[in-house]
Amino acid sequence: MAAAYPAFRPVADHAILVEFGDTIGHAVHDEVLRLDAALSPSSVPGFLEAVPAYVNILVRFDPLVSDHAVVEAALRHLIAAPGNAPRAGREREVRVCYDAELAPDLTRVAEAAGMEPEAVIAAHLAGDYRVYMYGFAPGYAYLAGVPEPIRLPRKTAPVRDVAAGSVLIAGPQCLVTTFVMPTGWWIIGRSPTRILDGGEGDRPFLFDVGDTARFTRIDRATFEAEAAR
Amino acid sequence: MSDALFAVTAAGPHVTFQDAGRAGMMRFGVPTSGPMDRASFAAVQAALGNPPDAAAIEISPGGLTLNCLEGEVTLAVAGGGFQVVLDGVRHGAWTVLTVRAGAELAIRPGFWGCWTYLAFAGALQVAPWLGSVSTHGPTGLGGGRLAAGQTLTVAETRRHAGPAARIPLPAWARPPNEVPVVLGPQDRFFAPETIATLLREPYALSEAYDRMGVRLRGPALPPNAAMDMPSEPIARGSIQVSGDAVPTVLLADHQSTGGYPKIATVVSTSLDGFVQLRSRQSVAFRAVSAQEAVGIVRSRDAASRRYLEGLRQMGA
Repeated sequence: MAAAYPAFRPVADHAILVEFGDTIGHAVHDEVLRLDAALSPSSVPGFLEAVPAYVNILVRFDPLVSDHAVVEAALRHLIAAPGNAPRAGREREVRVCYDAELAPDLTRVAEAAGMEPEAVIAAHLAGDYRVYMYGFAPGYAYLAGVPEPIRLPRKTAPVRDVAAGSVLIAGPQCLVTTFVMPTGWWIIGRSPTRILDGGEGDRPFLFDVGDTARFTRIDRATFEAEAAR
Repeated sequence: MSDALFAVTAAGPHVTFQDAGRAGMMRFGVPTSGPMDRASFAAVQAALGNPPDAAAIEISPGGLTLNCLEGEVTLAVAGGGFQVVLDGVRHGAWTVLTVRAGAELAIRPGFWGCWTYLAFAGALQVAPWLGSVSTHGPTGLGGGRLAAGQTLTVAETRRHAGPAARIPLPAWARPPNEVPVVLGPQDRFFAPETIATLLREPYALSEAYDRMGVRLRGPALPPNAAMDMPSEPIARGSIQVSGDAVPTVLLADHQSTGGYPKIATVVSTSLDGFVQLRSRQSVAFRAVSAQEAVGIVRSRDAASRRYLEGLRQMGA
């Protein structure tokens, strides 16, 4: 099936899902970010909110003010307009302690990758991470950019009660948890960086979609001190 | 104006503080939350002359019992067919009452419905999170769940003159036999005969029902085998089909994104009646176009405005 992009899919009475492709990648996500940056109540009649993700963006509108045809026309106009730039992402620092006690899966990841644990840490730190979307729970920012050698499929069964602040990887994705939750991803460290209350202005959390992340390594004593703050 | 104080003496699971919801935060993984039945929530606020986004209590079939410790305040209950008992005297399920120190108010499940709303003529004191007191069920963030032993304060209390009054039940308050859906946004992952099954067979609500969603029981809806979709944004009301071919209708506390296909999405105003269906009750899904869905919402809004205006005048 040769799909033509962008595709506009109606969602009930109040939204359109705009799709720019079906494969995860920087170029497709740039299209998502470009449209995201251009959305406002003045550019899209009845605009309420947008939810950007990997290959598409949900545009919610007020059906008492607007409808799918009006919104789709406005979106097509914005997408076709030259010079719409994606909002400039900011680089956010996330501090990580890879101490064995806080990284219960580090040795298993190292074994699976055929590397020393230190090499896994170096690879994780060297990754080029971008926030592609939020999901699962408040503050769960999905960072893509885990280097190829340490990409592992998720575990076959999830582990319960994984601590908040855990640094997880699965495939090309990395995330830092904000709540105690079950996960099937690999736990390779723990971060004291506040994501949930780390925002400013109209951004409640540390990241907005499109931001980049840089992991920096801290030792156990620094972790304990920063986590206690 | 003095405050009214209440002690929570019993609270079942899923009894939470809610206001009109936390809009605009979905891009950060935070669903709108707010009342499961937005129409009944609007009715309690209008009946008391409150702002439409005032804080209220959403009560599940687990029920809630309050003792009024101090003060005097008028309150309203609406949504579903619950039992409202004040000092042992049973009132209608949709009602406006005044309580004073020493009174016991018990709200328990009745003959029908899953969610009812209790609002006070005044300002229920609840700490907000991200600008809203609505409780996000899975984390408890926001106003939170109510628990026995807790004290509630209502500031700026008002008292309506006159005896208990009945709130008229609008047509849309009842659980429907059929709800309209717009196919998609991922209906392309399903064979035409699978979509025909969804639209032909009744589906029952299962016991797996909370503020995040309700799993349905009925014929399997297998997605096409070769499906591998990146996680996508989710809208409230979408019917998500997991790998086991079981559909789930996603509700107020739904996750903001997910990797399962959504075969169809319930028209927003039809969710109010839908959530009043109980486990084991059945419903049929009827496909409408997106334009028809907008028409349904607009005509409901016009009727709802007239209804709420009538309630406001009743309270005035």
